Amino acid sequence: MSFKTVFTPAIPAIIAANAPKIVAQDVNVYYGEKSAIKELSITIPDKAVSAFIGPSGCGKSTFLRSINRMNDTIPSCRVTGKIAFDGMDIYDRAVDVVELRARIGMVFQKPNPFPKSIFENVAYGVRIHGLAKDKVDLERIVTESLQRASLWDEVKDRLAHAGTGLSGGQQQRLCIARAIAVNPEVILMDEPCSALDPIATARIEELISDLKQNFCIVIVTHSMQQAARVSDLTAFFHLGTLVEVGDTDAVFTNPQEKRTQDYITGRFG
Amino acid sequence: MPNFTSSPRTLKRNRSERIFRAICQSAIALTALFLVFLISNLAINAIPSLTQYVVRLSLVVDPAKVDATQIAAGDFQAIVRTAIAAEFPDVTAKPEKKKLVKLFSTSIAENLQRQVTADPSLIGKTITVEGPLAADADSFLKGQQMSVSALGENSDFEARALAKLKEAGKLTREFSWSLLTNGDSRSPEKAGLRGAFMGSLFTIAITLLVALPLGVAAALYLEEFARQSRLRDLIEVNINNLAAVPSIIFGLLGLAVFVNKFGLPRSSPLVGGLVLALLVLPTIIIASRAALRSVPPSIREAALGVGASHQQSVFHHVLPLAVPGILTGTILGVARALGETAPLLMIGMVAFIADVPTRITDAATALPVQVYLWSALPEAAFRSRTSVAILALLIVLFVFNALAIWLRNRFERRW
Repeated sequence: MSFKTVFTPAIPAIIAANAPKIVAQDVNVYYGEKSAIKELSITIPDKAVSAFIGPSGCGKSTFLRSINRMNDTIPSCRVTGKIAFDGMDIYDRAVDVVELRARIGMVFQKPNPFPKSIFENVAYGVRIHGLAKDKVDLERIVTESLQRASLWDEVKDRLAHAGTGLSGGQQQRLCIARAIAVNPEVILMDEPCSALDPIATARIEELISDLKQNFCIVIVTHSMQQAARVSDLTAFFHLGTLVEVGDTDAVFTNPQEKRTQDYITGRFG
Repeated sequence: MPNFTSSPRTLKRNRSERIFRAICQSAIALTALFLVFLISNLAINAIPSLTQYVVRLSLVVDPAKVDATQIAAGDFQAIVRTAIAAEFPDVTAKPEKKKLVKLFSTSIAENLQRQVTADPSLIGKTITVEGPLAADADSFLKGQQMSVSALGENSDFEARALAKLKEAGKLTREFSWSLLTNGDSRSPEKAGLRGAFMGSLFTIAITLLVALPLGVAAALYLEEFARQSRLRDLIEVNINNLAAVPSIIFGLLGLAVFVNKFGLPRSSPLVGGLVLALLVLPTIIIASRAALRSVPPSIREAALGVGASHQQSVFHHVLPLAVPGILTGTILGVARALGETAPLLMIGMVAFIADVPTRITDAATALPVQVYLWSALPEAAFRSRTSVAILALLIVLFVFNALAIWLRNRFERRW
């Protein structure tokens, strides 16, 4: 079996237009003996939304979690190859994983606010990184983050209430606010809408489109429509390999690989 | 029209459900019955001890027997004996006088001494002194035993003397505060639970102080920080084994290590607390680990995701969420320690100690040991006091559990 990734013939327009933020080269991820990602190479552009699609178990979440080294928490997990963030290899010995994760925020599949107040949820990351000069500054950052996550109007009167008391969609936006409060450069989203209803999903998608002005966003999704709606770059994963990557329009209208075509037309996956 | 009456098959199913429910209900009913039986039996036995016949004697503080400069050397027993003789002027024979004296507790003389020590000007005056009847006389009046003498001899004489006192209005039945305020004593009417209670309190305080931080730290390390290794597996298995070790073994260990090796004072709450800490440590570790494990991984991921270090994620998020579970486990462990007798016997907390301990290095006993000690004594009054001690122990346990539930709810409501 060949592990070579097939690119669309030309370099995708979005990669040509925007600066590269994350460049992965020949990345392999193993869980114990089992290989989850094989020889993966991809360039993720800054100030754009990149979507990873593919059937369950294809390794897209694994790769996403390799970008902020969340896989470090799994003892059996091993990563080889190079993932560069602005040219710096994140698996280099000199990299402090805490500093890395402060610059690469993450939003998870299930909304997971801390069981604390809404304010504390957003303020936590700011506090541990010492980003606020004083209380006023902290309040400003929390307010701004909630505004940028378009949650402010709904919660401004109940910042002291528990974050877990919000609805699912609000909780997920709270998690996004929490992620952007520490001022990261990249936001990783692991199926952020899979636990939400269509209206909440639409709001998150709208938010993602807004946020890409300032952040490099990587989103894993099972919904092809979602990938088509929000992303600029689409990467299709299958059985641990990156099958095809290209401008979203190109991948969805004119896929180069048969497996990609079969998947996006719903023939498998 | 559809037919919804039960088919034979569903009839059978319904019947088996009814039978199962009946079995479950009867099991609960049986348990409740046992509990009611136990508590009511204890309460019935305990009631006589809660009150005590108190006698009022008016007596002359004879300056010939008490010297104002040396009050402690005064013969207060003799003063009381004289007063008793004065109550019964028609009794002249010496053996019968002795029998009369035996009806009164020696604590009357102690009360008298206390009064005179507090106010030496009383010497030479006539005063009224209160004090309990002797336990035998007290039990007889309450109908607990047939005769006044513990040996069951003919005691018409004493019975008549008591009846006379009662008719003269010298006897009143009062709540026996001495049961709560006194230390242990050989005389039942003077024996109280204060010493055992304080001993238990000190012991449990030491246990908590030692076992809770150690247990939580061990659980945190094993659950959150230790890498998977053979050594860790070995430690885990042995902690589980330790939880099943009979408690008396811990007593032997405490005797050998804390008392003999380190030379800590034997019979002391310090050693008792350390031994019980060893005993409850496995329980606390296992409960704490379970509590830590039950914190959803999404919370850890959320903390790591915003750039918290591993330690920050544990101390800011995982541990606070695990606190209710840890508290429950701790209280269960401490409740077990509170009722534990065997290891305390081994380290000498079974000795007869009349003083109420004031420091953790004082010789002391504990509530369950007090129950054990009193239950072995023959007097009817002690039998009743044993029930009081058991009830006291149960009440302390009850308070502990209530505290645990309150704390747990408080911590859970914070989120």
